[in-house]
Amino acid sequence: MEAIVAAAIGVLTASGVWLLLRPRTFQVIMGLALLSYAVNLFIFGMGRLVMDRPPIIKGDAIDPALYADPVPQALVLTAIVISFATTALFLVALLAARGLTGTDHVDGKEPGQ
Amino acid sequence: MSPWLQHLPVVPIVAPLLAGALCLLILDRSRARIVLALLSLMVQICAAATLLYLTTDAMPAIWTEGVGTYSIGDWPAPFGIVLVVDRLSAIMLLLTSLVGSAALVYSLAHWDRVAPGFHSLFQFLLMGINGAFLTGDLFNFFVFFEVLLASSYGLLLHGSGSVRVKSGVHYIVVNLTASLLFLIGVSMIYGMTGTLSMAQLPQLVARLDPDDRAIFQSGAAILGVAFLIKAGIWPLNFWLPTAYAASSAPVAAAFSLMTKVGVYAVLRVGTLLASGDVRSSFIDIGLFYGGIATIAYATIGMLSAQQLGRLIAYSVIGSSGMLFMTLGLGIEALTAPALYYLLSSVLATGAFFLLNGMTDRARMLSVSTPADIAPLPDVTYQGFGVRESPDPHSVEDEIGIAVPAAMAFLGLAFVCCVLLVAGLPPLSGFIGKFAILHVLVNTGGDGGMSWNVWALIIAVLVMGLAGVIALSRIGMRLFWTVTGRTTPRLRLIEAGPVAFLLALCIGLTVGGRPIMTYLDSAARSLHSPETYIRVVMSAQTRGDDGQAQEAAP
Repeated sequence: MEAIVAAAIGVLTASGVWLLLRPRTFQVIMGLALLSYAVNLFIFGMGRLVMDRPPIIKGDAIDPALYADPVPQALVLTAIVISFATTALFLVALLAARGLTGTDHVDGKEPGQ
Repeated sequence: MSPWLQHLPVVPIVAPLLAGALCLLILDRSRARIVLALLSLMVQICAAATLLYLTTDAMPAIWTEGVGTYSIGDWPAPFGIVLVVDRLSAIMLLLTSLVGSAALVYSLAHWDRVAPGFHSLFQFLLMGINGAFLTGDLFNFFVFFEVLLASSYGLLLHGSGSVRVKSGVHYIVVNLTASLLFLIGVSMIYGMTGTLSMAQLPQLVARLDPDDRAIFQSGAAILGVAFLIKAGIWPLNFWLPTAYAASSAPVAAAFSLMTKVGVYAVLRVGTLLASGDVRSSFIDIGLFYGGIATIAYATIGMLSAQQLGRLIAYSVIGSSGMLFMTLGLGIEALTAPALYYLLSSVLATGAFFLLNGMTDRARMLSVSTPADIAPLPDVTYQGFGVRESPDPHSVEDEIGIAVPAAMAFLGLAFVCCVLLVAGLPPLSGFIGKFAILHVLVNTGGDGGMSWNVWALIIAVLVMGLAGVIALSRIGMRLFWTVTGRTTPRLRLIEAGPVAFLLALCIGLTVGGRPIMTYLDSAARSLHSPETYIRVVMSAQTRGDDGQAQEAAP
């Protein structure tokens, strides 16, 4: 499982970085979205990958090995919300830039102009 | 302990949050919004000043040893979120509220009416900055960074226009990427140590196995990169000059604080990590080299800048570079002068950005054709607007024109800003640089100074010289070469904040000794964070206190 998750994070990051460096704003925003997915998975992975273990302690059993770490799950939730919101904000700036400059190039002008 | 005073550390976060939220509800009543925003700033100044007073151990019944904590939701330290006030955060809070109020008052002249959301965004920006200075928890640090960045995105676009939007797109992309790096760093640190509490981190770092420590160090390095992007280190700062120059004047003044939030983060987390494991800290000689490159970039940028706004933005970068170089040397005695320099440079660049907004408007009023916005004058007679070489006997012909009071104020404020930014006597910019050089020369006294001390001295002097050259060229164009200028109408509401910030700089100069003593104790507690760690980790939850008090009678 570790290998699959690691590969998924790697592929997401690689495509995210590649798209981030592309000249069109739409590609950039896609790249940022992919990168934020990769980061969210990464945070999740930092709480160790375990199966069939609840994050909430029930009863008197306090052996931590029986439970998943709840903190990264809470962090992921916060990170998802924040990156979602900032990406939406970026989308607004991007549309404004498209409207004002008439091009979707990140520099606000077509290359060669 | 007074029941109300214990809630004081949370006030700098709650006041702007409430004010910002309420401003959103009364979008149709501009006067009420202004009152609310000013009220919030006043509360913040009072809270910050009281916190500063408390950290001087003036009231030992409340806080001892200059550190105070506040556990949100009454959860004890390593598990719950704590706010920690020590001397460094207290003085940064006061700086934020003062610069923030100057920018806010300035914005009342014109900028706050451009879009109704301005006051809310501005309050949220202050909330984020205050929160970043107060938090004692790494993930909360991220959250407050996001709060301040999200509002800064909005504020940068405030006033619209294609230049703002274009630079805004770059600014947002860079800072979103930095936030992702921040998250990666924080989660790696959590994954290795199992804590997010900044106070608990050092002792856990000291106990890591060598294998885990390597991963931890890479996590700390990634976190450091995220901080340094915000602080504007070369080569991660190419977005900064355009963005700062494009933003409206009050926003730029508030932004001049934001790079220093990055410097604060480096200092705070760096010193805490260093107390656990020196090699995990990012306050290192690498920071020194980064500082050299940053200063070189800022110097070249200042000399090549064609607009005052860009020039000030480069000087913001230069002051960050200066701080990196000083801190990167790892000499503890240098921290207090560096902090003094930080205070002075934030006030100076803040005032300068506001002044730039005023001179810009003066030019817009008087300069009708774009041809008048000529390239910078060469240092020739023509550049000075003199047609021929002056005849020494014809001096009587040109007695000079009466300078209107408004221009006199602008010119005087400009000269003060130049003195501050370039670090010339007699103002506080000079004292900051002098204090740094003084410590350097004294510590290097035995056995000769090492080359990096010389490098820092040369960098300080070269940057000062370049600042003077660049600023006097721009000043000549602004005040001397534009012909047919109409006298700008100087409004008290705009001139007041500039004068206020400059007066604070003069206050820094005059009150240099007590301020330096305070900063010295701030630096000492920063470099020996045992007190910080002990106070935070042993913080009693208020619930226990309350029960004890209830039980007592």
